[in-house]
Amino acid sequence: MSEALLEIRDLNMHFPIKGGVFQKTKKHVKAVNGVNLSVNKGETLGIVGESGCGKSTLARTIVGLQKPTSGDILFEGESILHYSHKEMHQLRRNIQMVYQDPYTSLNPRMKAGDIIGAPLKAYRMTNNLERRVKELMDLVGLKADDYHKLPHQFSGGQRQRIGIARAIALNPKLLILDEPVSALDVSVQAQVINLLEDLQKELNLTYVFIAHDLSVIKHTADKVGVMYLGKVMEISDSESFYNNARHPYTNALLSAIPLPDPEKERMRERIVLSGELPSPANPPTGCVFHTRCPFAQENCKTNTPLLEAKDANDGHLVSCFYPLNTEKKQLIPE
Amino acid sequence: MFKKKRNLISASLLLLFTVATITASWWLPVLPSEMDSAKRLIGPSADHWFGTDHFGRDILAQTVVAARVSLVVGLSVALISTVLGTITGLIAGYYKRADFVIMRIIDGMLAFPSLLLALALVAALGGSVTNIIIALSFSFWPVMTRIVRSAVLQINSIQYVEAAKTSGIGDLVILFRYVLPNVLSPIIVQGTFIFAKAILAEAALSFLGVGVEPSTPTWGNMLQEAQIYISIAPWFSIFPGIAIVITVLTLNILGDGLRDSFDPHAKGKVNRKKGRLKKQINVA
Repeated sequence: MSEALLEIRDLNMHFPIKGGVFQKTKKHVKAVNGVNLSVNKGETLGIVGESGCGKSTLARTIVGLQKPTSGDILFEGESILHYSHKEMHQLRRNIQMVYQDPYTSLNPRMKAGDIIGAPLKAYRMTNNLERRVKELMDLVGLKADDYHKLPHQFSGGQRQRIGIARAIALNPKLLILDEPVSALDVSVQAQVINLLEDLQKELNLTYVFIAHDLSVIKHTADKVGVMYLGKVMEISDSESFYNNARHPYTNALLSAIPLPDPEKERMRERIVLSGELPSPANPPTGCVFHTRCPFAQENCKTNTPLLEAKDANDGHLVSCFYPLNTEKKQLIPE
Repeated sequence: MFKKKRNLISASLLLLFTVATITASWWLPVLPSEMDSAKRLIGPSADHWFGTDHFGRDILAQTVVAARVSLVVGLSVALISTVLGTITGLIAGYYKRADFVIMRIIDGMLAFPSLLLALALVAALGGSVTNIIIALSFSFWPVMTRIVRSAVLQINSIQYVEAAKTSGIGDLVILFRYVLPNVLSPIIVQGTFIFAKAILAEAALSFLGVGVEPSTPTWGNMLQEAQIYISIAPWFSIFPGIAIVITVLTLNILGDGLRDSFDPHAKGKVNRKKGRLKKQINVA
């Protein structure tokens, strides 16, 4: 097994909710709640989940925009949470981020070339700046004469290419992709995903690919994790994840993917979850998913399941007392 | 910005006033300080279009020259309070810790009515153009700080600022390359309004006798001198009054127009009715 580039240990990110006359902390929103993850060099870790499950908060914590409440983040085996301002500045060269919305993530008053060149300027890598920027633009499939255009003169897909060029400008080791394609048309999505895959091979990048669409991740990820209310529900390598999902929530998500074959599509068994996502300020007791789980038992309401391997299969971790056996889609005990 | 007729007209009118008052000594037939004791308090005539005052001085000449003080005070106050307000607003909006301190000071200053604050300051500093500029800048910049701060808070939450931070770009570069260019439009609009307010405030201070020394012609000074003659020589107060109204109105219209052209939502509102009418006409 190759070395882990990024390791997240028991990460908690709780936001206080203040209220009342004296701004006392009333409650905490547990956006990320005890998350353990690791990504190996050159791999892609996919993270999926509904909106509000803490995916983006996780991303923001990894790039250092937020200090987590507790837990640890290790980059190349070193804890980055106690880094000084200077060390953090150097670390940022290695961890870069691509944002979800290409319309708000680019400064509308800067030219494309300046946007891509800005990180280089920040690290004083100004030798041959324009040539390097044009190289980057070529790498992501933009034309050299786009250099002097403003963001509003580009389409959504092209804007996302600018965002990607900006992220790879510093030759980072790790890229956090926060829903990089969910704001784009399906046809453009494919192009951008292909671009990301090519770049990964060419530049030996490691990705943390956050999405809410399992089919987007299927093509790119080596490992997939599912989050629900700030917790990891199931994590495993991609093949085992798509063929042998054990958690009821994962199965519900997978059953929502439409199939291209209309006959199979009609036969497709769908698990429709009832109810809505509970508030992360007031998560259910026991297993956080029990309020919507079709297979929930009494036990699930009081006890919290651990994220652990259910079979001999080591890498496939599930946080459920009654994981599904996908061949039969039935509860294992009884 | 100047595509709209309203903006173009008000801006060129303002330019005209400025040019007229600067070049006044070349084109005015009489000096504003020239007295003629035989022609005191004479109504508007072919010789003196706006009439004469109690010393027989030409009111047109005085009104035109008085615009210098008003425009200088207005422009300086607008510039100084805009620069101060922008700097403090940027800091308050960007740094949470500084925000608390700066905003409490600003809140304290805003608690005084701005004219009263300026009055007290001029009384303390003494009346001169410089002191009036200082006093008025001091009383107008808190408003600018507030506006810039709220605009910065809005921009801060947009992702490109966050993206710049994760790219390792320093705070100063973020403030001046990412935040400032995107909050420029409310700053320009508010600056125009401060310009107008400062002209009014200067006139008010001069009228109250704490403004520019009485020998200098200003609209406020003229009005103050004219008030005892208002029943026998109404033109003495009417013309400087009209000058104030037109200048302030022009500036306000310009500010309004600029706000509309910067804010796409407001533009939609104004034009929607017109657009519909045009369409209906076309259909008919």
